[in-house]
Amino acid sequence: MSLADDQTLGTTETRDEDEMRRARAARVERTAKWALPVGIMVLAILGWGWIVSANDIPHYILPGPDRVWGSLVDDWAMLIDAAYLTGWITLLALLLAVVGGAGLAILFNQSKMLELSFYPYAVILQVTPVVSIAPLIFIYVDSKVAGMLLCAWLVAFFPVLSSTTLGLNSVDHNLRDLFRIYGANRWQRLRYLQLPSALPYFLGGLKIAGGLSLIGAVVAELVAGTGGIGSGLAFRIQEAGYRLNIARMFAALALVAAMGVFIFAALSVLSHLLLRKWHESAVSRET
Amino acid sequence: MAVRPHETLPLGQRPPLLRLTHVDKIFGGDVVALKDMSLQVNQGDFISLLGPSGCGKSTALRIISDLMHPTRGRVEWEGGHGRGDLGVVFQEPTLMPWATVAQNVWLPFRLAGKSYAEVKDDVLEVLRLVGLEKFLNAYPRELSGGMKMRVSIARAIVTNPRLILMDEPFAALDEITRHKLNNDLLKLKEQIGCTVIFVTHSVFESVFLSDRIVVMAARPGRVLTELQVDAPYPRGEEFRTSPEYAAHARRASEALKEAMGEPA
Repeated sequence: MSLADDQTLGTTETRDEDEMRRARAARVERTAKWALPVGIMVLAILGWGWIVSANDIPHYILPGPDRVWGSLVDDWAMLIDAAYLTGWITLLALLLAVVGGAGLAILFNQSKMLELSFYPYAVILQVTPVVSIAPLIFIYVDSKVAGMLLCAWLVAFFPVLSSTTLGLNSVDHNLRDLFRIYGANRWQRLRYLQLPSALPYFLGGLKIAGGLSLIGAVVAELVAGTGGIGSGLAFRIQEAGYRLNIARMFAALALVAAMGVFIFAALSVLSHLLLRKWHESAVSRET
Repeated sequence: MAVRPHETLPLGQRPPLLRLTHVDKIFGGDVVALKDMSLQVNQGDFISLLGPSGCGKSTALRIISDLMHPTRGRVEWEGGHGRGDLGVVFQEPTLMPWATVAQNVWLPFRLAGKSYAEVKDDVLEVLRLVGLEKFLNAYPRELSGGMKMRVSIARAIVTNPRLILMDEPFAALDEITRHKLNNDLLKLKEQIGCTVIFVTHSVFESVFLSDRIVVMAARPGRVLTELQVDAPYPRGEEFRTSPEYAAHARRASEALKEAMGEPA
């Protein structure tokens, strides 16, 4: 009996040591997850500053981080106005992409004829680079805002359309049979079965569309140029470039990047909130 | 009260519920999945369809549940049938992962246009019958395989159907859970007196559960013979170890061997 006790004791101790080592490793990893990227960024900025000052690079070729920061602070009012416009176009385009993409997916799903007729054109719209369509759009669309929205929408709607279509068709076949046995009509099947099944796919498409609608908005601003209300971030970058105000170019660029990160993070949080209760991708497991 | 127990009379005195007459199912013009199947299902029967893969067991279930039309022959319900007369349990639990246990069980009613408040008592009652009343608000992923199957069974009986079809429901479960669910299924049948058609590969499961075993053969899928298991319900663990059970199992095994084309 005592032998057995000893053995148990022995294994318990070893297990505790292992357990502690694993816990330590997990703690280190948790810290590293944010500390490493931040550290890399600080190092890169310091290195950039050092290269600029060590080589006496003139600020109209490559400004140091201090100048970019200065521009960000000095031109804040102008840049934030520009960011506001770009952000607004991006969000509206994303919203329209969701409505258009998901709406078309549902329509195509309900009518095979509609899908056969129009799906090829959705693909053609998607594969034609938006930069090449944009100049035409601004010839025919008078309102700059409407033109920019159209450009951004064109790039963003397709991922929503294709992933939602995939989701609507990925319903468990037994569940589909069950709905038939209980006499579900087309609307009930869509509402209670297909839409929930498609939600994870839709959210995946949405994350891609978020990034694309920002790209669409930026491209549209560059093409729309100075003719109209153009004072978004992309326009500011272009304008600062003409004036050799490289620091402001960097400052505006940083804001565009921050906006992209923000959109991605916001959509990731949304996706997690909607799926955390049931979907494998969002469920945290003990092991 | 959701569950109004159906009456179960002794074998031979039961009124008919459903009749399959000379049913053929041919796929793609030449693959005969089911040939000349005739079967009368009586109220209160627990029928097992026992046979090797490809014997048309699942095809028969799909035809009975109207998911598939027979190439020839007829399926007739005594007095016709409507929504909610049929409950189905598939081999997989087939629950909606985005919905709670209660919402999953509510589904047949929801599709019939009934609000949760209207049928809440019925949902709670069937969940109590399968022993899951505490898991009302759990999501399927939080449940074990056996528990998911119980939810699936609760959903099948919630409309108080006249007939329940079960397509190898416990095949994917481990032996211990399977025994437990077999015992509980019989208890449930005692309580609600339902009529069941149960598809299985397992001789022992069919003998333990049913009072009629329809043995089927493959290529082409057809009914070979029918055995009756006249042991009285309720059956429990003591039936599983009785000589009577062994004798029935031997008869069923021999019939199954014949169905597989081996000498008995």
